[in-house]
Amino acid sequence: MTEVLQATGAIAPQPKGKTAHPIRSLLISRLATGVLSVIVISIVVYAATLVLPGDAATAILGQQATPERLAQLRSQLHLDQSPVSGYLSWAKAALHGDFGTSLTQGQRVWDLIAPRLANSAVLIVATAIVSTILGVLLGMWAASRKDSWVDHSLSVTALVASSLPEFVVAVFVVMIFAVTVFTWFPAVSILPEGEHIWDEPNKLVLPVLALVIVVTPYVFRMFRASLIEALSSDYVEVATLKGASTSRLLFGHALPNSLAATIQVVGLNLLYLAGGIALVETVFQYPGIGLALVASITDRDVPTIQFLVVLLAIAYVFLNIVTDVAVLLVTPRRRLPR
Amino acid sequence: MTGLPEVVADPGGNTRSDDGGLVVEGLTVVTEGRGTPVVEDITFRVARGQVLGLVGESGSGKSTVGVALLGLARHGLRIAGGRVCVDGIDILSLEGKSLQQARGRLVAYVPQDPASGLNPALRVGRQLREAIAIHSEVLRDGETVNGRVLQLMEEVGLPGTEAFLNSYPHQMSGGQQQRVGIAMAFSCRPRVIVLDEPTTGLDVTTQRRVLETVRQMTTEHQVTSVYVSHDLAVVAQLADQTAVLYAGRLVENARTDAIFRGSRHPYSVGLLKAVPSSARSEILVGIEGRPPRPGRWPRGCSFADRCGNVQDACRHELPQLRDLGDSEPHWVRCYFPEPPVSVAHAKEPVPALSGDRPPVLTVRGVAASYGPRQVLRNVSFDVTAGRCTAVVGQSGSGKTTLARSLVGLHTDWTGEVQLSGTKLSSDPRRRSKEERRIMQYVFQNPYGSLNPRMTVRENLEEPLRYFFNLSRSERNQKVDDILQTVALSTEYGERLPQQLSGGERQRVAVGRALIVDPEVMVCDEITSALDVSVQALLVEQLRQLQVDRGLSMVFITHNLAVVRSIAQDVVVLSDGVIVEHGPVDQVLDHPAHGYTQRLLADLPSTE
Amino acid sequence: MTTTAEPVSPPIEQGPVKRRGAVRRILRGALATRRGQVGLALTLLVVGLAFIGPFVPSRSATEFSGVPYSLPGNGSVLGTDALGRDVLARVLHGGWTLLLLAAISTALAVLLGAVAGVVAAYRGRVTETVIMRSVDIVLAIPQLVFVLLIVSVIGAKTWLLVLAVTLCQAPQVARVMYASAQDICERDFVKAVALWGVPPRTVIRRHIMPSLTTPLAVECGLRLSFSIILIAGLNFLGFGTQPPNPSWGVMVNENRLGLATNYWGVLAPAILLAILAVGTNVFADALARVAFGGERGEETAAVTALELTTS
Repeated sequence: MTEVLQATGAIAPQPKGKTAHPIRSLLISRLATGVLSVIVISIVVYAATLVLPGDAATAILGQQATPERLAQLRSQLHLDQSPVSGYLSWAKAALHGDFGTSLTQGQRVWDLIAPRLANSAVLIVATAIVSTILGVLLGMWAASRKDSWVDHSLSVTALVASSLPEFVVAVFVVMIFAVTVFTWFPAVSILPEGEHIWDEPNKLVLPVLALVIVVTPYVFRMFRASLIEALSSDYVEVATLKGASTSRLLFGHALPNSLAATIQVVGLNLLYLAGGIALVETVFQYPGIGLALVASITDRDVPTIQFLVVLLAIAYVFLNIVTDVAVLLVTPRRRLPR
Repeated sequence: MTGLPEVVADPGGNTRSDDGGLVVEGLTVVTEGRGTPVVEDITFRVARGQVLGLVGESGSGKSTVGVALLGLARHGLRIAGGRVCVDGIDILSLEGKSLQQARGRLVAYVPQDPASGLNPALRVGRQLREAIAIHSEVLRDGETVNGRVLQLMEEVGLPGTEAFLNSYPHQMSGGQQQRVGIAMAFSCRPRVIVLDEPTTGLDVTTQRRVLETVRQMTTEHQVTSVYVSHDLAVVAQLADQTAVLYAGRLVENARTDAIFRGSRHPYSVGLLKAVPSSARSEILVGIEGRPPRPGRWPRGCSFADRCGNVQDACRHELPQLRDLGDSEPHWVRCYFPEPPVSVAHAKEPVPALSGDRPPVLTVRGVAASYGPRQVLRNVSFDVTAGRCTAVVGQSGSGKTTLARSLVGLHTDWTGEVQLSGTKLSSDPRRRSKEERRIMQYVFQNPYGSLNPRMTVRENLEEPLRYFFNLSRSERNQKVDDILQTVALSTEYGERLPQQLSGGERQRVAVGRALIVDPEVMVCDEITSALDVSVQALLVEQLRQLQVDRGLSMVFITHNLAVVRSIAQDVVVLSDGVIVEHGPVDQVLDHPAHGYTQRLLADLPSTE
Repeated sequence: MTTTAEPVSPPIEQGPVKRRGAVRRILRGALATRRGQVGLALTLLVVGLAFIGPFVPSRSATEFSGVPYSLPGNGSVLGTDALGRDVLARVLHGGWTLLLLAAISTALAVLLGAVAGVVAAYRGRVTETVIMRSVDIVLAIPQLVFVLLIVSVIGAKTWLLVLAVTLCQAPQVARVMYASAQDICERDFVKAVALWGVPPRTVIRRHIMPSLTTPLAVECGLRLSFSIILIAGLNFLGFGTQPPNPSWGVMVNENRLGLATNYWGVLAPAILLAILAVGTNVFADALARVAFGGERGEETAAVTALELTTS
């Protein structure tokens, strides 16, 4: 299944060639690509501010541009230095934990983003857990009853659910569960300043529901497909002919071979959630990094944009590495050379 | 349905149906939807401690029969009728739990591909223990699962160490994997074992060891073995009894030597005429046409369209199995069986090739590598003009690398190769167009060597477009000529490769190489993927072409027997070096090198 | 020179197969299934509405026409939106830009990605490494974030949106085409032709490209459905179509606050977007099944893996 995923381009191909320490060499190569990616992205992000038409500082301040403000902003954004040294100053400060000050909110970027980061993390983790469990259980059910009406209806539902744009799903969820049919949950998840989402858990429910609807179909389809592939393999036939029972075939033989592909999909989902959470957070006005990103982009809050983008890139790289290592651990064929 | 073909009577003269052997009656497997029969009315009986060889080419249904003996029908099929009796129990009447209990304990299975038959995510020890754990009642008093596993390892000749049992399947060789498969099948001491071509893909020496293991375990534990295979030589060597399967039905069933020294059914005779022998240089005779697919079985005999003796009665009604033997049963499904044909006298000898011409290809000191690994060392030989030189070796010997290096598919080599006097560069891009034209290459795999989006005609004329400047009508003429040369009618021209069988595709591939009029043709294992009867057609066609056109050939193969029917000279490769070379008759009748001697000794033979 | 055997004729049961257009074959195959029919029907329904809508007589889509969030009635079929404009009119006018932009960016992405992937596969070595590493790096950036970044910096110009979406989708196409092209390049028939000395450009054109039409067609379908969703999402966030021009994505956002009063301002565009998204995706799935599925067009591992590229 993993080979098929690589062949169709859903995931990056593993480095070829057998080595004595596959895990170590994988980690090294992925870290190298990852660090390179983060650096490139940080350069792109920094360069973006320089590309603004006219003078960046003037563009940002607009009508509030007074000479002192302009000078202050320029030095804050390192625009008074040459592009290269400006980038290096920014990067150095970032590596020391100083991410600048938000242009619109006045606070330090870190203080502004940290609670939002926590909220989004809760949202992502809750979604990941629920969707994975649900996807795995439903996938197993469908695979063991292949081609029955259960399988068909689940597959069609999965296809439809995965086709819907996430903000449309969120809007429907709000309409059904908050506004019209049932009014069990609040329609928006705005929190007072200083509170975290775990202080008001009922504001977490609908956003999680919307994301779960979008993301579970992927886990379901991949788990089902890899179980079916394993169940139609030669080694399962051999085990059947040894007299193995259906549960032994499913859990003892098919399951160990389906883990790799499923881990990859869960990883892909986490990546997608990290990147695409903005839309759902906007619908619910959920105080997370997605909403912060959209707001900072609309307001041209450059330091915040820079921080969030690089943060997301790092999260992406980290998740990719963790997923790849997890897959390697579950695939003895690649982990142990001949 | 008439009485059971009783081929081997029990030593005690006992012919009760549950004498501990295997009795199969009227086994029929059909497709799930329409109920089209795929195998029909399979009936045979095998005694304990004996091996039945079930012979068939691709599409005969032999694998389907194999798994049906354990009550399994593969995807889209179901078992429609019949009995499979082991120890008095009819496997086909069992369901659910009782079927699970019978599988592994009463009947067991060794799969064809050892690598895919083992779960890549589980340790080998665990898979060995599995069957015993499922049927724990087979353990005798005081015996543990691990104890049984260790005993099995000893029996098949594998190390019973902790390290070995804890390893994963991909960490073993093909031969070891196959022996694990055999051990798993024998683990519960079943009454019947079905082996589905378990030595395909193994080299000759490993194959011999595996066959010996099978023979030994069958006799030692008094098991009935059913050995499904397309390889007639292996069956001749191993089996006590042989049954020939054609288009889903048994056409002949007798003791093995009765079949190989006196076969009666035209199809079996055809097979004997097609199977090459390492002991004699003979002209192979293939069987044209294809067997009818399920759903297209004709009213009468399925072999009628391809049979030389066909009469009107044959097409009218399906012949039943009749016992033609005198001292022992010899079942044949034919109205007009042939007089007994022995494999030793079935074919004409190859006429000697006259003339002593200069070498067209000289190879001197060729050494080839794949990165850091050296695959060929100091290989030197000549290919005489107008003659065929076979290059023989097992996998890993470097024969394919040699072929690819000659033609330029592999460029990492040193040494000197001269073609008609001119030195060839290792990089094909530096060779002249003419040099590239006069040496052509035919690939092993018929399913990848033709462009699937072009018709046969377009595939054939493609090299013409590049090498010559011909008008369209001239090209068409050449394509028509070459189609006739490879014995395909012009209608094939408009077909797509996917509509052709493997043998037909290979003929098109040969045609594509010939159409530019080369001087040397390099054939890389071109018959390895083909059935025996199809291989014979192609080999004989090539031999004839060689004689007619004075074509020089380099014929790469792992099959020593085929060599005698096509080549005049042979080069034996082992581990990248030539261990022996010379005229075919000389090398194969009087091998000088130890390796060649061992190879010939390990080769299963129909004698 | 003839051989001893008579020329053999092919079995009569199989006539010559029309081989022009593998793409036509999978299209026909997809339309033969229920999935394909339903998917295409839904898609055409919404596409028809989007392109015919502006010509249907209705109230003005940009002018004030009633009290904001007023319910349907008084000749207004769907009521009014947040700024008092007629919802039905805005719905009729709000689809075609989305579809046009999605179509353009899909076409560009597929073109760019296909060229990159095939060249990387055939050239190998340095070219391959450079192209595919770049693809990896671009794919490391979250799509939405990438587009938002570009758009925020330079401004929400339409051509820029198209460019950004194209750059987002092209790497995915490149990866798939690279893998397919590699597979084809490894096949013996390509090696055979290259062995004769045929120049690389001819090999790619005559022998590799024709076998790539199938994965290309399937990717087209998938990319189109993703492009639609991406652009709609961007509109939703306020990037793309500028007020007062109507767009379905924008409508979903700007009428959110009136969900309790007149939900039609949100529901109508949302339903249309949903139908469009489901229709295109289901049709793309039908195509993928015919192209890569099992004998009966069931979902195989290859089909699942191809479709599980999240946007």
